[in-house]
Amino acid sequence: MALLQISEPGQSTKPHERRFAAGIDLGTTNSLVATVRSGQTDTLPDEQGEHLLPSVVRYLDNEQAPVVGTQAIQSAADDPLNTISSVKRFMGRGVKDIKHLGDRLPYEFVQTDTSVPRIKTVAGDKSPIEVSAEILHVLKKRAEKTLGDELKGVVITVPAYFDDAQRQATKDAGKLAGLNVMRLLNEPTAAAVAYGLDKSAEGITAVFDLGGGTFDISILRLNKGVFEVLSTAGDTALGGDDFDHAIAQWIMSQANIGEDASHGVIRRLLHDARSAKEALADVESVELNIDLQDGSAWQGQLDREQLNKLIDPLIQKTLITSRRALRDANVSVDEVKAVVMVGGSTRTLRVREKIEEFFGQPPMVDIDPDKVVAVGAAIQADVLAGNKPDDELLLLDVIPLSLGLETMGGLVEKIIPRNTTIPVARAQDFTTFKDGQTGMTVHVLQGERELVSDCRSLGQFSLQGIPAMVAGAARIRVTFQVDADGLLSVTAEEETKRVEASIQIKPSYGLTDTEIESMLKDSIEHAKDDVELRNVREQQVEADRVMDALQIALQQDGDLLTAEEVKTIEKALLALHKVRDGEDHHKIKSAIDKLNEATTDFAARRMNKSIKQALAGHQVDEFD
Amino acid sequence: MAITLTEAAAQRVKDFLSNRGSGDGLRLGVKTTGCSGMAYVLEFADGADEGDEVFESQGVKIFVDPKSLIYIDGTELDFAKEGLNEGFKFNNPNEKDACGCGESFTV
Repeated sequence: MALLQISEPGQSTKPHERRFAAGIDLGTTNSLVATVRSGQTDTLPDEQGEHLLPSVVRYLDNEQAPVVGTQAIQSAADDPLNTISSVKRFMGRGVKDIKHLGDRLPYEFVQTDTSVPRIKTVAGDKSPIEVSAEILHVLKKRAEKTLGDELKGVVITVPAYFDDAQRQATKDAGKLAGLNVMRLLNEPTAAAVAYGLDKSAEGITAVFDLGGGTFDISILRLNKGVFEVLSTAGDTALGGDDFDHAIAQWIMSQANIGEDASHGVIRRLLHDARSAKEALADVESVELNIDLQDGSAWQGQLDREQLNKLIDPLIQKTLITSRRALRDANVSVDEVKAVVMVGGSTRTLRVREKIEEFFGQPPMVDIDPDKVVAVGAAIQADVLAGNKPDDELLLLDVIPLSLGLETMGGLVEKIIPRNTTIPVARAQDFTTFKDGQTGMTVHVLQGERELVSDCRSLGQFSLQGIPAMVAGAARIRVTFQVDADGLLSVTAEEETKRVEASIQIKPSYGLTDTEIESMLKDSIEHAKDDVELRNVREQQVEADRVMDALQIALQQDGDLLTAEEVKTIEKALLALHKVRDGEDHHKIKSAIDKLNEATTDFAARRMNKSIKQALAGHQVDEFD
Repeated sequence: MAITLTEAAAQRVKDFLSNRGSGDGLRLGVKTTGCSGMAYVLEFADGADEGDEVFESQGVKIFVDPKSLIYIDGTELDFAKEGLNEGFKFNNPNEKDACGCGESFTV
């Protein structure tokens, strides 16, 4: 006997056509699945009553299904090579990027012919996508058991800063797990949805996400029921673990434990530090009993005041980042209508206090900060599956870095600027640079800098079959399209003959969020140099064009000039040639101007000549 | 005859209604569809439709349209748990045969 849930009025479905949907928070450390049942959204527990599924997969030999979750963690110490954790960090990354993440990785990566790295396990080589799919598969089974039916579709959340490759990899993992991924949703947006902020009046929401090891702040704007992510910022190496370290350091100095303490001692200290931190959320002060290596014990006390002293510098960092996110979003603190807390470390009272102080209002903490993202995803999934009447919850996200293409001189022309809401399509017209040019390479780039070499290459393709015309006559329309999931496709079309070429940006390699951060920082720091460089390059390109054209003209119509005139022109040409490779764009510009001046007369004579040629043999009245 | 709720069902319905923030009660009914002819309807009710029969059980208002009532009169709505799965169950004395899935029935 199937068990029924209460539907919204008029939304009852036919038997076997029920539209069950789930929201999945696929986390670095833990994952969760949530659904809406009888109008109520909850995360789903497993048979043991555990809601959090540790994002750890252990592969076994002899064709047994891999073990996922708590059981896998327990085996991590015995079987480190086959037990894979934090796989989210490798999603959509190339082998090169993974090497970049540090050489302390416990797994053996194997290079394959594709650019997707694989991890060597007893069950064969596994890609990060396959590992993630195992986690998703467990959550899928849990949801289907709980709902008593198959899932029609899911919404999976991703960090707002995930790039195309990482998003595509996440979608692929869902597909591999047999899920219909209706949409990927940014984690901060999901958190805001969980609090029903989409139903509230218009306004700015800040989502403060402090987990164990990472920190993210996102500024969202709700406008006519539509969510836009205005900006995101973060620190990939800041979280509750750092609080524990600070406390452990303090205990070590109080108890005279040297820096040379064994790993075992330090691990125990960190554990005690964490327990003390968690206890201080409820009580004013905790007793500490630390066993020392020489067999004696140290006793001490940690109160809230001392804890605050230890962690305040760390919290301060999050506030500095928050301020930057606000500045990026171009909003002031007073404009923020609501602050949503996400991540276990926001349970620390001091964090809440400081946030309240910073934003001038108490943050929203009613929903379990570990579950809030999954809850929001489930609400969105329920709407997308069609279980809500007349609800137009449409969520917009932004792209994290500008997208553009390479133009002459190694410059980047930005087509879609950073923080543009998606889905979006933008087109721009380009033209040919040389006479008779029939092909064009479109090099797609991501980043904020002005030069190609400072941005990240996403891929390139070439458009062939442009009809031969004089330089500047062809019209090539390049369209950048980013879909609702943040995936990019680029199309180039020549307008007269309608030849077309395009590229989909597929997972090949990606940027770490630290790299995104540093790219953004670079672009600010180098803004002045970049503008300078751009000016120089632009003038160089112009100089080349003018010199090229003049050479051709001299060859064709040199006979229109006297020897004296040729000399003057050649002098100006040489002068331009000399400054062309310099770094002073003013000089190049003035040399170009001088050359133009020297050739004005020549150009006029050429014009006359070609008009005469065109008119030759015609009667004037033909041109009436 | 009437439509009734078990205590467990009533408690859940009250929870869901307060969580929803609006609604007058529950609508029960049948639709002619499914592999065995009829399927149950279970929805939140935002008020009575014309001709509705209104029952009250365990403090919860139950709205039923007169056509549906013929098929479900005497039903007791229960809330049950089966492993991880939990939900509402129609204990309908009129039901003669249900399809394997239990989502549709004949009278």
